[in-house]
Amino acid sequence: MSDRPPVLTMTAISKFFPGVRALDGVDFRLFPGEVHALMGENGAGKSTLIKVLTGVYGADAGTITLDGAPVSFSGPMQATAAGVSTVYQEVNLCPNLSVAENIFIGRQPGRLGSVRWREMRRRASALLARLDLDIDVGELLGNYSLAVQQMVAIARAVDVQARVLILDEPTSSLDSDEVAQLMRIMRQLRDEGIAILFVTHFLDQVYGIADRITVLRNGRLVGEYPTAELPQFALVEKMIGKELDTLERLDERAGRDRAAVEAAAPVVEATDLGRSGSVAPFSLTIHRGEVVGLAGLLGSGRTEVARLFFGADRADQGRLAVDGRPASIRGPIAAIERNIAFCSENRRTEGLVGELSVRENIILALQAARGWLRPVPRRRQDELVRRYIEALSIRPADPDMPVRNLSGGNQQKVVLARWLITEPRLLILDEPTRGIDIGAKTEIQRLVVQLSDDGMAVLFISAELEEVLRLSHKVAVMRDRHLVTELANDESLDAERVMRVIASGAEQKERDEA
Amino acid sequence: MSDWRTRLPAVTGHRLFWPVVALVLLLVANAIYRPSFLAVEVKNGHLYGSLVDIVRLSAPLILVALGMTLVIATGGIDLSVGSVVAVSGAVACLYISRQPDQNSLGSVLVALAIALGIALLLGLWNGTLVAVIGIQPIIATLILMVAGRGLAQLITSGQIITINSDPYRMIGVGHVLTLPFAIVIALAVTLLVALLTRRTALGMIIEAVGGNAEASRLAGIRARRIKILVYVASAACAAVAGFMMTANVSSADGNAAGLWVELDAILAVVIGGTSLTGGRFSFGGTVVGALLIQTLTTSVYAMNIDPQTSLLFKAMVVIAVCLVQAPAFRARFRRRRSRGAAPAAPVGENRKEQVAA
Repeated sequence: MSDRPPVLTMTAISKFFPGVRALDGVDFRLFPGEVHALMGENGAGKSTLIKVLTGVYGADAGTITLDGAPVSFSGPMQATAAGVSTVYQEVNLCPNLSVAENIFIGRQPGRLGSVRWREMRRRASALLARLDLDIDVGELLGNYSLAVQQMVAIARAVDVQARVLILDEPTSSLDSDEVAQLMRIMRQLRDEGIAILFVTHFLDQVYGIADRITVLRNGRLVGEYPTAELPQFALVEKMIGKELDTLERLDERAGRDRAAVEAAAPVVEATDLGRSGSVAPFSLTIHRGEVVGLAGLLGSGRTEVARLFFGADRADQGRLAVDGRPASIRGPIAAIERNIAFCSENRRTEGLVGELSVRENIILALQAARGWLRPVPRRRQDELVRRYIEALSIRPADPDMPVRNLSGGNQQKVVLARWLITEPRLLILDEPTRGIDIGAKTEIQRLVVQLSDDGMAVLFISAELEEVLRLSHKVAVMRDRHLVTELANDESLDAERVMRVIASGAEQKERDEA
Repeated sequence: MSDWRTRLPAVTGHRLFWPVVALVLLLVANAIYRPSFLAVEVKNGHLYGSLVDIVRLSAPLILVALGMTLVIATGGIDLSVGSVVAVSGAVACLYISRQPDQNSLGSVLVALAIALGIALLLGLWNGTLVAVIGIQPIIATLILMVAGRGLAQLITSGQIITINSDPYRMIGVGHVLTLPFAIVIALAVTLLVALLTRRTALGMIIEAVGGNAEASRLAGIRARRIKILVYVASAACAAVAGFMMTANVSSADGNAAGLWVELDAILAVVIGGTSLTGGRFSFGGTVVGALLIQTLTTSVYAMNIDPQTSLLFKAMVVIAVCLVQAPAFRARFRRRRSRGAAPAAPVGENRKEQVAA
């Protein structure tokens, strides 16, 4: 690798925002034919570095060279033209256009101003075939899953003669099969000589595919390491800059006092609750102080279950009882009145009002419950907000900052704070730790344990089985929009067994066979 | 010294800075053209002067724009305000014209109540179309924009209804405590709406709905009700503006009353810094925007600008204000200036300047 010159070098890059040093003298190299993971917690400067590279931001200091020649892109278009393509975390395509149109938008094969549609479709099919993706390119992009959309975005990126491909958290919304497919494509592109800059929060993926790792912390370069020479725990230490024993301490708590929780009064009981076209009828009881984990692949119906409990979608079959009394939850307001809270997996679209301040976002649900005529007194607002900013260590600790300026982990904490001040008895957390850094993740996990110890019922949804197993008293497994089984989280339950259930849909049968 | 330097960016960066600058520049230009422009005097216990006239004439626009601000803050738009102006004016004038004694305060109040009630119903109609049936606001209110004009002409039977009612005329041209009554009304409504939104949680809830409707719904906000409420408020504001406009001329013209006022109102809101996509809103900005638009109109007449080019003149000022407010334009302008100022300067110097700008 070192015998070849790097295709891309960034030297002493600095970027300042008002009051913040987002990047401070960062160096970065990328060699052709390698997958290079860029690691760091939220706010470490990964996104800023990528945006400086692609010209979204101008660097305040430092130089970038591409193939040895200094470059300074004025925007992503120019970067793409020079062979530096980016695929972002949120798919940046138009769901209302066809797959082929999305791939060729802005550079349609044409003649005298008219588009050669057939040619475009043919080339799109060929391109996707190269990535082993067999879909109808005439279909609207929005009709495909996020995973397919992501791959279409990658197809578009590599078709423009990319030499550098930047993947900014491409896997955060994919399930394991889809991740495997993406990894295969990444390897293929790497072998073709493309340099891939890979940003992700999943350590397994980094160790599965990356050749080298560059770690950033607080806008500074920590170092660049060959993956083989950097064990996982060392990487985590370098990312957060302190030893992390909290995770292990949490581990010891798993499987705690399950009997006591089972004996407690149920907070909610769903009986054959379902919604046609969304999730098949299921029964699930959550007791006081109990954490129920919901495991399953993406699209297996996890989120749909959560939404039915909260009334975000209306159930059309079955019954729901809250505190033993039948409850018809026709909407979020009815759920909130019964002290049910729901943190959606989509922070940006379903959680936060980005323009409003941290303070306003935190008091939003409480205020909504009181009605607009009875504003929460300013002094009480300040007191509540100060308390939760402190308790959840929301950074920056500025209640008047627009919430969109916060990093993902801190935004998640703001959503959590919003619901915690309503003092819910059932807290539904849908992927609360997705896309946030390890420090914040541990804090949120610890919080869940603490809240349930204090008697709160929690429905905890996560794609990460380790996390589900660490926190839950029992695990309900979803598969193809059915709740297939409930597993008590005792010593015998491990990730492998849950995965087998997710894969086969049946635990009992397997045992009989064994 | 260092004090104003640190404060200056805060002042120039304020979203009302450029609209206020434009307003002041216009006033200065008028004053240069005609020095008596700035004079304000008390005659017969009434305040007179060009400045007072501008504020008085902008009162109806301020009212309509206040309601429009609320609607736009929820991410909507209300094109029907001009028609509501016409309908409410027509209803009030028709009722008064049928009374034996047009000068009876009682029947004028009844007329206002009936007209206001009808306006509220029209607002409810808009709100229902948008929030319950889910029609896009621009289409939903376009329906009433067209139908309302027809309704107003139906009420006036296609004629101009002239009335001779002193209490009604008072709304447009009367004085209270030396101040024109229209200004007092506009001031009172502005204060009322500001208190209603900012002293309660209504303002924040409207901003939340406009900022992210789905997140607001999941936080337990009754977004549907809030949306209906803002369209009703908008229609109510338009109705009061309709009283003012018809009282000004003591007649109701279903065809011309409030014609195109929706466009001026939207413009006033946008100049005031409220985004058309919804979210944060500013009544202060809207009032400045409305005053700017009225000052423009008045200047065009006062400076004897050819009426044929007056719209062009107006457009140019509006474009200039919108441009200097646009983040993209400002960023480009700033970059160019710092590049031009110190082309050979070291990187550090350049950076400092950008931060200061």
